[in-house]
Amino acid sequence: MYDPTVARLTYRALLGRRRAAILFVLPALLLVIAAAVRMFAGADDQIAANVLGGFAIATMVPLIGVIAGTGAIGPEIDDGSIVYLLAKPVKRPTIIFTKLIVAIAVTMVFSALPTLLAGLILNGNGQQIAVAYTIAALVASIAYSALFLLLGTVSRHAVVLGLVYALVWEALFGSLVEGARTLSVQQWALAVAQKVAGGDAVTSEVGLPLATVLLVAVTAAATWYAGQKLRTLKLAGEE
Amino acid sequence: MTTIEIDHTSRWFGNVVAVNDVSMTVGPGVTGLLGPNGAGKSTLINMMGGFLAPSTGKVTLDGRQIWRNEAVYKEIGIVPEREAMYDFLTGKEFVVANAELQGLGGAEAQRALATVQMEYAQDRKISTYSKGMRQRVKMASALVHEPSVLLLDEPFNGMDPRQRMQLMELLRRMGHEGRTVLFSSHILEEVEQLASHIEVIVAGRHAASGDFRKIRRLMTDRPHRYLVRSSDDRALAAALIADPSTAGIEVDVTEKALRVQAVDFARFTELLPKVAREQGIRLLTVSPSDESLESVFSYLVAA
Repeated sequence: MYDPTVARLTYRALLGRRRAAILFVLPALLLVIAAAVRMFAGADDQIAANVLGGFAIATMVPLIGVIAGTGAIGPEIDDGSIVYLLAKPVKRPTIIFTKLIVAIAVTMVFSALPTLLAGLILNGNGQQIAVAYTIAALVASIAYSALFLLLGTVSRHAVVLGLVYALVWEALFGSLVEGARTLSVQQWALAVAQKVAGGDAVTSEVGLPLATVLLVAVTAAATWYAGQKLRTLKLAGEE
Repeated sequence: MTTIEIDHTSRWFGNVVAVNDVSMTVGPGVTGLLGPNGAGKSTLINMMGGFLAPSTGKVTLDGRQIWRNEAVYKEIGIVPEREAMYDFLTGKEFVVANAELQGLGGAEAQRALATVQMEYAQDRKISTYSKGMRQRVKMASALVHEPSVLLLDEPFNGMDPRQRMQLMELLRRMGHEGRTVLFSSHILEEVEQLASHIEVIVAGRHAASGDFRKIRRLMTDRPHRYLVRSSDDRALAAALIADPSTAGIEVDVTEKALRVQAVDFARFTELLPKVAREQGIRLLTVSPSDESLESVFSYLVAA
């Protein structure tokens, strides 16, 4: 199911592109904000939760997910170099699964790790806030990667669509429309984090059972469907 | 012995028919897929390479369907027309990755690099390569697993004459080894120099099949034009026009030559030397003046 060569190519493609700069900029920004807040406001649990929930989970994690998820396959399809993977006796779902693992790993490293560090800077993990949001970031990384990998496989406008979902749907509609929150990776991840961290430092609009089912279902369905789409991928740019 | 069989295959994109009811068999040896730009050559190659489903008909490799069957890539090697590769890798890293995806390793990759004579630049990034170098590394990536079928889409595009000759030599050798080599081109000279067998595609249709000269001669009802220079052009012209195989002759004063239009190809080729000998005229130049792909195409399209 996992092909180390596909993984190597994907890592190098993801981290070697200019777009990868965002992978470093966003976490750096989070750490700078955390340090500044701590310096000016001191250790405050509520502020820590606001920064981690408002910037790290609501903005940074989905953006990193878009970059890693779509970037793991989109550019290869766009420029046609994926032909070198497809012209091989390698099962298509194996290619997708491997790219998913890479996207998840990259999203986790560039979003969950900075979230933990920022949490430690903000209030030294008081009330388990740093750990809770880190768990939310880890969980969200999986679902976002699967979702955006599928987008990268089916659409040439994957990045734009991904940004629309991440910023417009999750951030804007999620805060305005009650129902939209039920269909939000962010809320599902927070539900898991709430359970793991305990207490009321983290809250979610969605109950844990529903969140878990939706997380697993979306991840599995997106991955399966991307594998099917890759089997019948038409290479663009033909006459 | 591996054979690709295309059986009454069509492919359309929306309302546009790119390939129209084509049947052909591509067997061992070098086959040239010839046609003007936009004729459907790439569409056909993409169907043979399993990157496109036929809208109707079947494309098979020794009887096995190619579309959605990744197992065929154990036997097929593909050299795509598009430039895009993993530019951030070195040539060697790229070929090694291709070998690994075939379940092979560094030794096979090194051998393939040697075959295309790219060892000297194997540690440079692909992004620094010239077009010809890219083409050779693509070739190496397609050869790592010693495929019995090699599909190349416009492989000579952008190559300089020396690289072109090297690649031709390599393809010729692979054909002699009994591999099935198919390449597409819109340039007559390339196909003529290399292919023992030619398939002509015009406007999505299979226009002709066989040896190039045979294809050419099959079109006997088509007027053939020749440029002839001799020791006595006017005497030769008079003798030729007397025979029904010749439809017209023009004395081109500036070129100091005759422009002959023959209607019966076989008869004319026998007549010309015979007449010259009988009249005691020396033939200095006899060259077909329209044996270009364009003229063949325009004839085929009109037919």
